[in-house]
Amino acid sequence: MAFDYDKWIRPGKLPHIWCPGCGHGIVMKGLIRAFETLQLKKEDTALVSGIGCASRLPGYIDCCTLHTAHGRAAAFATGVKMAKPEMNVILVGGDGDGTAIGGNHFIHACRRNIDMTYIIMNNYIYGMTGGQFSPCTPTGHKASTTPYGNPDPGFDIAKLAIGAGATFVARGTAFHANQIDKLIVEAIQHKGFSVVEILDDCPTTYGRRNKYKSVIEMMNRLKEVAVPVKAAEKMTAEQLQGKVLTGVLYKEEKAHYTDEYAKVIERARAAK
Amino acid sequence: MEKKLAKIEIIEKYCKGCHICVEFCPTKVLEMKGFVVSVKNLEACIKCMQCELRCPDFAIKVSAE
Repeated sequence: MAFDYDKWIRPGKLPHIWCPGCGHGIVMKGLIRAFETLQLKKEDTALVSGIGCASRLPGYIDCCTLHTAHGRAAAFATGVKMAKPEMNVILVGGDGDGTAIGGNHFIHACRRNIDMTYIIMNNYIYGMTGGQFSPCTPTGHKASTTPYGNPDPGFDIAKLAIGAGATFVARGTAFHANQIDKLIVEAIQHKGFSVVEILDDCPTTYGRRNKYKSVIEMMNRLKEVAVPVKAAEKMTAEQLQGKVLTGVLYKEEKAHYTDEYAKVIERARAAK
Repeated sequence: MEKKLAKIEIIEKYCKGCHICVEFCPTKVLEMKGFVVSVKNLEACIKCMQCELRCPDFAIKVSAE
């Protein structure tokens, strides 16, 4: 049977605004499948986003949604989680929103290990605002603000999240569509801050500036660079040159913020 | 035994013509007709659902039975 996505989509909202071939739609489908697998209730699920192409996603999904200031999704989501700890709080956004403008909020949400899931769609560029380079734009690649090539090295979002203290870090790609929902399910089930980076394609502002002839070429690139973590164990450093690991990269059980804060409240009440 | 054909529903007003489904269909069931996708060879469909899974625009629904 065809999967019924309509149950989770706000009536009359499709077709969405994303460009032809943009992977954000594929990620949105993965997210809906994950919600369905976990049998989440709409009233117990909060989707929080900042600004950007990827951050338009909550507008289409029929659950509790919050579209906030640029880069501030983690700050608003922390508020939601603290007010209603029983809620499943999921953040969505792009690489520019999450790691540049919201970089500070991102690393501190990781450090606090607050029980939320952050889905970062990394398309290597600021798509909505006109194709400026983001911290994830690879060195030498072109953007509207780096027409002669970007001199900066790019961020590795997964390593950044692990370094900052996130306790579940995974990576997938828009090409490997059937893996997306599985990673998101595991991320939502994990108690603590979970980061899922999905490598995505932006044919409009990134692809055409970097000599990708079509969406298909961009999708094939994702297929070629992705190496599952288990397969990578058997590969040499030379073979892994230019490849990106996918799957669950890091997992750790650790005390998380909402539980710890509840203990603070108990101590404060007992001290009265 | 007669082979049961899949039912492929294409919602044309959602399709943006990105070619992803046409390209990644392993048995080349789909084709582009103008700016939207259409079914070319339904008999070749192996019901792998890759087109439905990969369509970013919610424009394809495949029923297996």
